[in-house]
Amino acid sequence: MSLFIFVGEYISALNHIFIDCIECIKHYFNCAVHKVSQIGGAVIFCLHHQTIYCKPKKSIERLLVSKMALASVLGSDYADFSFDTDKSYAFGSGLAAEPTSIDNLSFAIKGALGSAEQDDVEKKIEFLHGTTTLAFKFDHGVIVAVDSRATAGAYIASQTVKKVIEINPYLLGTMAGGAADCSFWERLLARQCRVYELRNKERISVAAASKLLANMVYQYKGMGLSMGTMVCGWDKRGPGLYYVDSEGNRVCGDLFAVGSGSMYAYGVIDSGLRQDMSVEDACELGRRAIYQATYRDAYSGGQVNLYHVHGEGWTRVSQDDVLLLHHKYQEKL
Amino acid sequence: MISAQSFGENGKMKDYHHTGPVEYRFSPYTFNGGTVLAVAGEDFAIVASDTRLSEGYSIHSRDSPKCYKLTDTTVIGCSGFHGDCLTLTKIIDARLKMYKHSNNKMMTSGAIAAMLSTILYGRRFFPYYVYNIIGGLDEHGKGAVYSFDPVGSYQRDTYKAGGSASAMLQPLLDNQIGFKNMTGVEHVPLSKDKAVQLVKDVFISAAERDVYTGDALQILGIFVDTNEIPRLQFLCIYQADHWQEVSLPGGGLDDCAFTFSLRIKINVGSIFLLVIWIHVQ
Repeated sequence: MSLFIFVGEYISALNHIFIDCIECIKHYFNCAVHKVSQIGGAVIFCLHHQTIYCKPKKSIERLLVSKMALASVLGSDYADFSFDTDKSYAFGSGLAAEPTSIDNLSFAIKGALGSAEQDDVEKKIEFLHGTTTLAFKFDHGVIVAVDSRATAGAYIASQTVKKVIEINPYLLGTMAGGAADCSFWERLLARQCRVYELRNKERISVAAASKLLANMVYQYKGMGLSMGTMVCGWDKRGPGLYYVDSEGNRVCGDLFAVGSGSMYAYGVIDSGLRQDMSVEDACELGRRAIYQATYRDAYSGGQVNLYHVHGEGWTRVSQDDVLLLHHKYQEKL
Repeated sequence: MISAQSFGENGKMKDYHHTGPVEYRFSPYTFNGGTVLAVAGEDFAIVASDTRLSEGYSIHSRDSPKCYKLTDTTVIGCSGFHGDCLTLTKIIDARLKMYKHSNNKMMTSGAIAAMLSTILYGRRFFPYYVYNIIGGLDEHGKGAVYSFDPVGSYQRDTYKAGGSASAMLQPLLDNQIGFKNMTGVEHVPLSKDKAVQLVKDVFISAAERDVYTGDALQILGIFVDTNEIPRLQFLCIYQADHWQEVSLPGGGLDDCAFTFSLRIKINVGSIFLLVIWIHVQ
């Protein structure tokens, strides 16, 4: 184990030695891959099937970064691992509030824009994202259902936002939180997935795609990004569903609902979900769940967009206006 | 003018008339007002803006239009912080030139929109305080409107209002162009003349109720001509308050049109830009 313990400044010297060590002992040790930063170096532990990142660069920040990340792995208390955020502000340090005080088009409730101001880790409250998106796995694939409302504070900026981002023909990403953040990073993810395909001559797995996204945004943790997304797809292991957010969470699961209307959606889904449902029933369940969420949540509305991910990729099932769904369900009563 | 925000005891911003200790902090941003609006039709697009430039209680200029021509088929309207508007349009122009030189063709509206999104997101942590709306014709000749937020989130729309009076204009456009919240109405597709008239009326309403909007209205239209000969046409500025026509001299095409002595590009068999400033009787 001691072979892994190194400080950043020795990375370049120990480069080759390090990799050899990894190679020969990777079957015996089980560690975590942690790519810390692209600007700084990378503190590397191996997972015995993963690729190894090693970027020997000489910079002081890198040292600091490596040490801190190393400390976290070795079990010491994880303190304030914050990047040097000077590059964000061109003026004096009293401007912490400035970039976030503007009304950005976002799915977040207004309070969420102030998240960058809070330096205290304890005080950080989980802000809701003003939207409802959900996805669940069942026998015949994954159903993804989203609403289409975007709010800037209390103003509804748009009722026709596409909150499902088509990364590639078999991978979908949903959007909750800051609209620009979600669409930018998921577009970047699409590019990374394509590069992976070209390099490895096979499609990227859902786990790997979600990991790429999580690692990309983790570098900006604490800087005010707001993103809560679900990466859904079908790969050789079957249907895949991961929840990734800007706090650094990456969770695999069978059912997720994200946003301010998520509680309402959970209620509907939990009461109706069975693994052996037909595709029709599953779509109807997803649609109903989003509709109920828009009914009770002021920050969700517009249309319900529904996608189904199956072995051959994803299909756009339907787009229904919430008002029309309301009439439809009223008649059924 | 140095812009500052004053903060009271509890850290929140104070009103203009205040008593007690006040902390002044330098702010790199200021709000210069202005409203922009874009409408896309079947084969045309219209981008309009008011021409008032204000700051706080003052008006810096009554003749500061917010629409900028990017290419023959695309116009951008920028409102918000004027300094960032100017810089952003300079950056976009430079990037357009670079694209033209590397790829030997002009950028399409969709490409400009995607590029602007990445330019804006590049400043995610110190944003351009600009509300952009791009209006133009896409590569198929259909009208296209792309609306942005200050950090680069964008989508394609049929119509969009942005800027200080956007919350007042958008519902009106929803009703008149989108036929929202109306039952039993025939969805007539928008004609060019009706669109221009609608834009004028809508701006009058905005100027009535928003202090930052007023003085004059600049309308730019992007059309496909029947003769397919591109021309830049200036008519005149429509001033909501004073009903004055400011027309520019030149040879006439009809009693309302004057050709302006700008460069005329002849582009056979394709789409072009007509800049029209509407004369109102």
